[in-house]
Amino acid sequence: MKVYADNAATTAVSKEVVDAMLPCFTKIYGNPSSVHTIGQEAAIELEAARSTIGKCLNAEPRELFFTSGGTEADNWAIQNAAIIGAKKNKRHIISSRFEHHAVLHTLNKLEKQGFEIQLLEVYSEGLVRPEDLQAALREDTALVTIMYANNEIGTIQPIPLLGKICRDHGVIFHTDAVQAVGHLPIDVKEQFIDMLSLSAHKFHGPKGVGALYCRKGIPLNVFIEGGAQERGKRGGTENIPSIVGMAAALEQISRKMEQNSDKVFALQNTLIEALSAVPHSRLNGNREKRLPGIVNFCFEGIEGEAMLLMLDALGICASSGSACTSGSLDPSHVLLALGLPHEIAHGSLRMSFSEYNSKEEVDYIIEKLPPIIQRLRSMSPVWEKIERGE
Amino acid sequence: MAYSKIVMDHFENPRNVGKIMDADGIGEVGNAVCGDIMKIYLKIDNDTISDVKFNTFGCGAAIAASSMTTELIKGKTVDQALQLTNKAVMEALDGLPPVKHHCSVLAEEAVKAAIDDYYKKHDNKEVCGASTGCTCK
Repeated sequence: MKVYADNAATTAVSKEVVDAMLPCFTKIYGNPSSVHTIGQEAAIELEAARSTIGKCLNAEPRELFFTSGGTEADNWAIQNAAIIGAKKNKRHIISSRFEHHAVLHTLNKLEKQGFEIQLLEVYSEGLVRPEDLQAALREDTALVTIMYANNEIGTIQPIPLLGKICRDHGVIFHTDAVQAVGHLPIDVKEQFIDMLSLSAHKFHGPKGVGALYCRKGIPLNVFIEGGAQERGKRGGTENIPSIVGMAAALEQISRKMEQNSDKVFALQNTLIEALSAVPHSRLNGNREKRLPGIVNFCFEGIEGEAMLLMLDALGICASSGSACTSGSLDPSHVLLALGLPHEIAHGSLRMSFSEYNSKEEVDYIIEKLPPIIQRLRSMSPVWEKIERGE
Repeated sequence: MAYSKIVMDHFENPRNVGKIMDADGIGEVGNAVCGDIMKIYLKIDNDTISDVKFNTFGCGAAIAASSMTTELIKGKTVDQALQLTNKAVMEALDGLPPVKHHCSVLAEEAVKAAIDDYYKKHDNKEVCGASTGCTCK
């Protein structure tokens, strides 16, 4: 059996999305900036996509700017807020400890340029506390950027509350909603969101395309020079097939959100229940406030990459926050932010599902994973000590 | 990151996993914070490694390097085992990705630590350069 349980990394593009994209390669291939008919056909597709995405988020089309993905949207939103802030001598930025690196690395860069970065705690549950944000806000706060849902452990942040606090305080509120869009109902107006990043490939759209929502009234600086595209803010001929695919994917998944959510939550619950029976295991992140599809466990005494290799040999694709898979020497900053010790964080396993997964697949994981854990523990000197109670 | 066929074979079918209850020398190196611990058990008869077992906490490369190391030193004299380098472990595994080189270093150190333990128990000789420290930071 082949089980793709890594939907938080990326998803399969749906057939409907591919069908929507294909004409944009061969029939509607014009440049939307061209005056002629073929160009204008492409311009119509482009604006139709913008409008579709706007409807899914309750945003105006003119508030949406297409990007190469979530990372670019995060970079743009944060650097933009920094430019606006600096003009008013505001150089304080609030974020959280477990943001995606697209956010954290951009903040590191700003810190070197003289900005003061304050990262809120997420505690053992993986949740930002609104009262912490309230206490952190200052006269010189230029931006608050908090992710909508965490990509490694799936916890959902109290976005409407955080947004309201920022709005009341007159501070720009950005959310990296890459992991949430298409999976949770998002209304930028009701939830007091000023800026939002999204990425198509997390909801069965193509890779390499995303969008930045920027609320009307918030000045947006030019991010890429070189043309009048995206209202002069981001030059470069638009990636029409991918943008059309993104809109088709978001429309499709938004229509079926409740149904998908019920199905995927049922898969998650089955898996969490089964894996909780493994001794010395723990579910990472709050049990209730989580995305339907992400399950992240730590299994003490073993290391994540070894688990991944054994699962892969049985056809199961998952991921881990161990150092060995992060490409650095430290385990995942998300798991460390929860207060987990390094040695436990090394034994993490993330399995993430979409509506394409089945109960049979989850049963297969439940059958195959515990013996892998047992096998690795049987050769682990750390497990020996844990069993002896040391 | 791709592992060689030999690494995958030693990871999936590790040789000499386990413990030796009446070991003549035991070496444990690395630490759980770094994500790798290797523990090597040696049985030594007439200055020859007659049996060797290992327990490892770590990634695929760490387990494969431990397994290969036990094969490389089994049946060798203590002096020959002391000559084992991390480079030899890597060559035997048909290479390791650069971020995994430390796994082969750990394997070399585990052997030295086990022999050091053997010397301490038997004739108080110490192995020059034996270390039980963590090399990852």
